[in-house]
Amino acid sequence: MLAEALALSAALFTIGVIGVLTRRNAIIIFLCVELMLNAVNLTFVALSRYYGATGQVFVFFVISVAAAEAAVGLAIIIAIFRHKQTVNLQNINLLRG
Amino acid sequence: MNSALHVGPLALLQSVVEPAYPLFYTFHFYLFGVIALASAIAFVTRRSPVAAALWLVNVMFSLAALYVMLDAHFIAAIQVLVYAGAIMVVFLFVIMLLNLGSPDELADARGKWGMLGAGALALILLVEIAVLANAQVPVRFALPRGAVEEALAEKGAVGVVAEPMLREHLLAFELVSILLLVAIVGAVVVGRRRTHAG
Repeated sequence: MLAEALALSAALFTIGVIGVLTRRNAIIIFLCVELMLNAVNLTFVALSRYYGATGQVFVFFVISVAAAEAAVGLAIIIAIFRHKQTVNLQNINLLRG
Repeated sequence: MNSALHVGPLALLQSVVEPAYPLFYTFHFYLFGVIALASAIAFVTRRSPVAAALWLVNVMFSLAALYVMLDAHFIAAIQVLVYAGAIMVVFLFVIMLLNLGSPDELADARGKWGMLGAGALALILLVEIAVLANAQVPVRFALPRGAVEEALAEKGAVGVVAEPMLREHLLAFELVSILLLVAIVGAVVVGRRRTHAG
């Protein structure tokens, strides 16, 4: 089941990357990043079965960092929405010069 | 370590020997894998953010089922409670707070070059999947057969994770608590409504 789990995780990561590259809605892009984090977690868990529980400790840390990232990122999105009335990344180009 | 292990460069080429799984196990592993993959594809193709978020919750639930099958019970519980429960609810709150439930009139998808770049990247990553399907995992660092099951039976699902986390990774654990505090304060500061007085 190890190869299948790794392949599934790679497929999920690919889908996440494609979402980040093809969508413009900031929240959807954020969700795609969460999907990529989940794919990596699956790799950690699958390998922790053969290499000890340290992989699961890393998954715990990844989930904590994802929670922190979601809190700060969504606050930034709310601040941008308050300023621009949109979360479409095409209209958010303050730094484009 | 197992005395049958070879030492030297060849040891890296030996793959971990997997036990034979019963058909019941294999069937459900593939079932939840297909559900996760299909939900992920549905997630990335939805236009409405609410539908996308709910499909992502579906992905997370099937991943939790896979974690249980991979002997990571505590992580599976955390996945459901924290990821599918807390983090996704925060996302849904924000989507509804900003009233983004309906798809934008503006084109959500990027133009031709974004699609082309994503397609090229998808091809590269699919090749990587083909390589991973024949993954040869080095046996040199692997635990002896049955060690994970023994530890699980001895320490319990939580103890298996808690012991290395609170012994070897205690510093990282404490740093994560500081990180969460910083994130909470940062989210409040960034998200609050600014008044002209200050």
